[in-house]
Formats: sequence, structure tokens, C-alpha cells
Amino acid sequence: MTQQETNTEKTQAEELRIGAFICECGVNIAGSVDCHAVADYISTLPNVVTSVVNKYTCSDAGQAEIKKAIRDMNLNRVLVASCTPKTHEPIFRACVEEAGLNPYLFEFVNIREHCSWIHMWEKEDATRKAKELVRMGVARAALLEPLESSEVPVTNKALVIGAGVTGMQAAMDIGDMGFQVYLVEQGPSIGGKMAQLDKTFPTNDCSICILGPKMVEVARNKNIEIMSYSEVTEVDGYVGNFKVKVKHKPRYLNIDECTGCGLCSEACPVEVPYTEFNEGIGTRKAIYTPFPQAVPLRALVDKVNCIGCGACIKACERGAIDMDQKETFSELDVGVIIVTAGFDVYDPEPKNEFGFGLYDNVITTMEFERLINASGPTMGKVVRPSDVKPPKRIGFVQCVGSRDKHSNIYCSSFCCMASLKNAQLLREKYPDTEVYIMYMDMRTPFRMYEEFYNRARDMGIRFIRGRPAEVTEDENGNHNIIARIEDTLTNEIVNLELDLMVLSVGAVSPESTEKIRQILKVSRAADGFMMEAHPKLKPVDTTLDGIFIGGMTQGPKDIPYSISQGSACAARATRFLAQGKALTEGITAKVNEDICVGCGVCVPMCPFQALSIEDNKLKIISALCKGCGTCMAACPTGALEQSHFKNVQLLEQVKKVFAYGEV
Amino acid sequence: MTEQEWTPKIVAFCCNWCSYGGADTAGMGRFQQPASTRVIRVMCSGRIDPLHVFNAFLEGADAVLVTGCHIGDCHYVNGNEKTRVRFEFLEEMLQQLGLEPERLHLKWISASEGEKFANFIKDVTAKVKELGPSPLKPAGVK
Repeated sequence: MTQQETNTEKTQAEELRIGAFICECGVNIAGSVDCHAVADYISTLPNVVTSVVNKYTCSDAGQAEIKKAIRDMNLNRVLVASCTPKTHEPIFRACVEEAGLNPYLFEFVNIREHCSWIHMWEKEDATRKAKELVRMGVARAALLEPLESSEVPVTNKALVIGAGVTGMQAAMDIGDMGFQVYLVEQGPSIGGKMAQLDKTFPTNDCSICILGPKMVEVARNKNIEIMSYSEVTEVDGYVGNFKVKVKHKPRYLNIDECTGCGLCSEACPVEVPYTEFNEGIGTRKAIYTPFPQAVPLRALVDKVNCIGCGACIKACERGAIDMDQKETFSELDVGVIIVTAGFDVYDPEPKNEFGFGLYDNVITTMEFERLINASGPTMGKVVRPSDVKPPKRIGFVQCVGSRDKHSNIYCSSFCCMASLKNAQLLREKYPDTEVYIMYMDMRTPFRMYEEFYNRARDMGIRFIRGRPAEVTEDENGNHNIIARIEDTLTNEIVNLELDLMVLSVGAVSPESTEKIRQILKVSRAADGFMMEAHPKLKPVDTTLDGIFIGGMTQGPKDIPYSISQGSACAARATRFLAQGKALTEGITAKVNEDICVGCGVCVPMCPFQALSIEDNKLKIISALCKGCGTCMAACPTGALEQSHFKNVQLLEQVKKVFAYGEV
Repeated sequence: MTEQEWTPKIVAFCCNWCSYGGADTAGMGRFQQPASTRVIRVMCSGRIDPLHVFNAFLEGADAVLVTGCHIGDCHYVNGNEKTRVRFEFLEEMLQQLGLEPERLHLKWISASEGEKFANFIKDVTAKVKELGPSPLKPAGVK
């Protein structure tokens, strides 16, 4: 007999003494549920020794009361009826453990999210339901058994997926704390979208001038290994012990030999639109370095457009080019994973929103950023696509692909400031330009942002509250844009003739991020971005231990907020690395060998290869078992059980949903 | 309680990672629902044994809901795919027992789909209200 079985028997032999604590959560629960009536009803149930109401059970005072009751009344089961176990179960488990009770002898009942908040105006129904939910919990509590969670060692290395400004910050912070980081970037250079921007609000400092040195710093950090042009293809394992497979896409040159000198590009006869970095404005060669400040500053071959002429091979003085290069794979062992995979800008083309895709002189913010960027395809000269002439009247349309029931209902949060910034840059660079911003609401929270908005107004930028209801091209063939707008402040219909119209497009989660999300099994929020463990208390954690999300991966946000989240991810993740150990759940599969007939039906059910048949008996490797319980439902003899979710426990809970007579 | 006021009793099995979170999100969003449902949390929908579902009916459930993560999103790789197979078996058994198909549902609900969860409860409750109490419900059970 194992130690655990001895413990179990001992507990079962003991007299059951259940303590129930009903939380009012201020008025969150008490507003709809008569908590005292619940406590009174629960006190009548078998094995319940005490049943009390707390204003806030999770508060210091509430937890102290639980601990005192465990000691004074010799409780051996504790039930709390309050909010959701997803946020508060660890708190109460720790609380009962401090008072000497096994944490798995704690039972949680959700009477807030699952009751008071969804029956806000039906107090009678809500109270009855709460009584029943707690009754089910009491029945389950009586059958709980103590379990031990096991400590697992943590590989003290981190993986950061995505090397935009958020991922760079996370990698640097972890590296500076003395741990090794693999920084995996799908593109050929680190830097992300910020590298494409011209200037950044609210200081209007040049984006690459502040990002470039940071990129160099990342490359110089001894603890960071950059894996550019690489993708995470498989992730296995759990907190502390992730096994990651990374695919390195072929650049068709030896990265150690290439110096980024650019002779190959000069020799290459193929020119194609530069979509990856310049939004399709201007061209690049079939062999190219991503941009002048790229890290690593190495060339790559675009095999789709390469004609195989060999001019680059002849031009390369170091013989770096290898057209037969194949993709390679690395296997990494890491303890924690941070996802900072960034965003895509919303694409207005499929629906030709505001004439985009129909008229040449309707462009997106990102295209505008490249146009006004001093190192962009026009060397910073703003010209309109139809005739390459400088525009005199420019309009910005806000909320394209954001705050729109037909695309995305969320606010992308950075676009108001981005347009204000671009409008200011235009007025500074070309003072005789007329600049209009067509908006629903200007949203400018955070330090110096509202001041930035005021400055834009002072600079003569004109604001029209309303967005174009109709966009057409003028009939004279000079490709001017006519935007018909209702200014809702003056109640006037305006027909605005513009030389160039810029759509302030929002952020969407990229398809490549969705792939990573599915590999990691992180939850997806309704807006398509990855979901945090708690919107306020755990903004960069996920529900999966050891996996964190930051920057745009978690939702649209601006640069300062993204960098803060990068640092937050690093801090949260490093807790595991610094401790060198993590706790795993005690909930696993158990087999009763006396009943098991060794049929093996359960074996293929396990997605983690934790089950095997040896000598006609089932063998479970506990370290591999993640406690999902899928194998038990397949067991024809009932030999398999999932601790903490045993059949008897679940069936008793089901049984106590129902009762004879009124509650 | 008069006949008109009769509220069905529905047992909903929810997985820890997705549909339980969906029920939480419904609460956070204050999506009001009839007080018909009692949620039972399991780690994975793959843990839901046909035995649990039949037991719920035998104890007095007017409807049983089996819920989990969307296919491809299972926290345990593919537990929900096994749930789907078992559910087909359940549906067939239910038919043989003579229960209306509207009393058993399988639904994938993510942790962010609070409104979907609430609407699901509303729809099933309304449908089961029309059907009346389950014929398997023991007499006198509330």
C-alpha cells in the first residue's frame, strides 16, 4: 500500500468535518443572492460543522477566519462559495494549506460568475440556485481525497517568439537577469513593425533611431541567441520542461560568411515590389538585405522570384551564397515561453473600404509611414501614387477596421495618435498642405497624448467629426478623391476634394500567430488576439503555466504599453527560472490493478503517451500524465480513476443537483 | 410553483479551460440567463463519461449539456475529438431510451464566448420548457 493510499484511508476513517464559507463579495453576490439563507440551509446538511457568511472571503480577514476555523473546529474539509476557481482557487488552496490542511481537501463553488451576475434581478431564483450549487459542493467535498503535487525541475532557459519591440524587451530583460534566451523571429530581421515607422508619438522622435540601437543591444547580449527567419513548429511538455522544435528557413546563403555588403543585390537583375518592408512601394532585388539597420544584417534570396542567373554568386566576394541550402531544424529545451508575435494591419482591400483598391490615391497608414520615412522608397518625399506629385490636400480617415460591426468591434487604440502624428509631420514638412482628420471620437489617453492632440489643433489641422459615407474619384481624370461626409458637429454635408486619402487602419491578429496559438493551446479572445489569464490581475499570464503573452499578441496597444508588457512578461517568466522548480498539479490518472484486465482500450486515448500495457497490466507514467481524464471515460472496467475528479465525486455532485421537495 | 413557472433543470458539464471559462465570461459580461443550469466542472470534456450523462438523466435532469473547447483548441491536444465520438454514441442511446434529442446537446464554447454560452442556455431552456419535464425524471424531484 502506498503512502497516499494510507493517507486516503485515514482521512476517510476520520469523522467528516466540513466548514462552509459563503462570500458576499460586497454586493457582487449579496446583491442578488441571500447569502445568509444559503449559509443557514448549508448548516443543515450532513457533515457541515460550520457555515458562515463573509463580506469578502478572499480578504486577509476572511482567510484568517478560515484558518482559525480549521484549527479551532478541527475542520478536515473547507468549502468556499464565491467567485471563479480560475482566479481564486490557488489563493484558497494556499490558505487551507497554511492551516495544515491538504490543499486538495478544499472545494470551490462559483456563485458569482455562475449565479449572482447572471441572475441579477431574480433574487429568489438566484438564492435557490446558490443553495443547490453549494449543496453539490458539500457532497463533493465529503468525497475529496488528499493529493500531493510534485515538484519538477525547471530548465533555466526562455523562448521568446517574435522579435518586435515587445519581444526584444522581454529577451533583454531575461538576458540581463542572467538567463539564456532563444529569440525566434519569422522575418529575416528583428525589429518588427516599429522598424517600418517614420516617427513615433508623442515625442515625434525617429522610430528606427531609437529602435536601431536597441536591436544592436539585443544582438550584443551574450545571453540572447537570435534565430531569425525561423518559426516554431512544435511545442511539447509543460512548465519548466518545454521541448520546442524550430524550423530555420533557408536564406540560400551562409549567414556566417555574409557581411551584408550588398554587392549581391547590386548584381541581381530581378526587381520586384518590396511588399515585406515597404508595403509594395518601390522595389527590391531577388537577393536583398531587409533594410539598412537590419539585425542580423544579412542578405536572403527570394527563391520565388529568383531566375537562377548566378550573378549574385559571382558578385559575392566571400562565396556565401548557397542556392542548394535546405531548411534545418533545432530542438530547444526551455522552461518558459513568451509570445510576442505582433500584429498585421487591417486590410481594407477585400471590401474596397473607402475606395481602397479602387482608387490609387487611397492608401493605408503603413503605406504613408513608408512614404514619409526618410529611408523609405521615396526618401521621405510624400507623393501620391497616381502621378507621383506632392499632394496639397490630405485627409486621414479614422477607425478603418476598428469600432466597426462589419469588421472588428474593438478600438485599436493607437490609430488616433498615429494619425495625429502623421498630420503634424505633414504640416511641419509641408506647411502649405491642408490636412483633415475625419473621425468618430479622438481617443488620446496617457501622458502627453491629450497635449499632442491640442498641438495638432493649434497647428491648423482640421477635424471633421464624421467619416466618409461615399468616396469617389473626381471626373476630370486627375485622380482626386471626393469624400462625402456629414460633419456631425455642424450638421453639414461636406464634399471634400482630396489629393491623397490615408486610411487609419487598425490591428488584427496575424494568421501566423493563430498557428502559434494552436500549437501552444492558448485561449483565443473574441477579438482574435490571445487571451490573458485575467483581464486585470494577470494581464500577461495565460491559463497555461509557464506561457506568457505580451504586446500586440494580447491585443492592440501602442509602443510604450507594448514595451511595458515585454518587461512584465520577462518578470513573470523569470520567477520560474530563478526558482529553478515548479509545482505540477496533483491531479493525475490512477489505476486499480486489481480491477484492470489489461485490455489496453485506454492506451490510445492518451495524447501524452503516459499509458502502456506491461505484463497484462496498465502502467501509468505519472510525470507524463496531465490529468485530463480522457482515458477514464474509455475504461470498460472502472479500473482507471482520475484523482480529484473520480466517478464517485462527479456522480455525487450530479445527484445533489436534485432534491425531493423545496429547498 | 405553478406549471407555467416551471423551470427545467439542466446539467452542464464544462471543461476547465474553455467552456467553464465561457460561463465565467458570461458572468463577467452580465449576460443574464434563466436559472436553469448547474455547471459541473471537469478538466477536459474528454473526461465526460456517458455514465455521467445517463446518471444525470436518471437523477432528474431535463437536459444535459456536454461542452468543451473548439476542435483544435483542446488543452489536452484532442480530448474533445474523443468527446465528439462518445457523444454520437450518447445520442443514439438517448434515442433508444425514447428521450427527445433536444434534451442532449454538444457545444464547443471558448473561454471568451460568454454571450454564446448565455444564448445557448437561453435557447436550450426555452426548448426544454416547451417539451416539459423529462420522462425519466423520478416523481417528486425538483
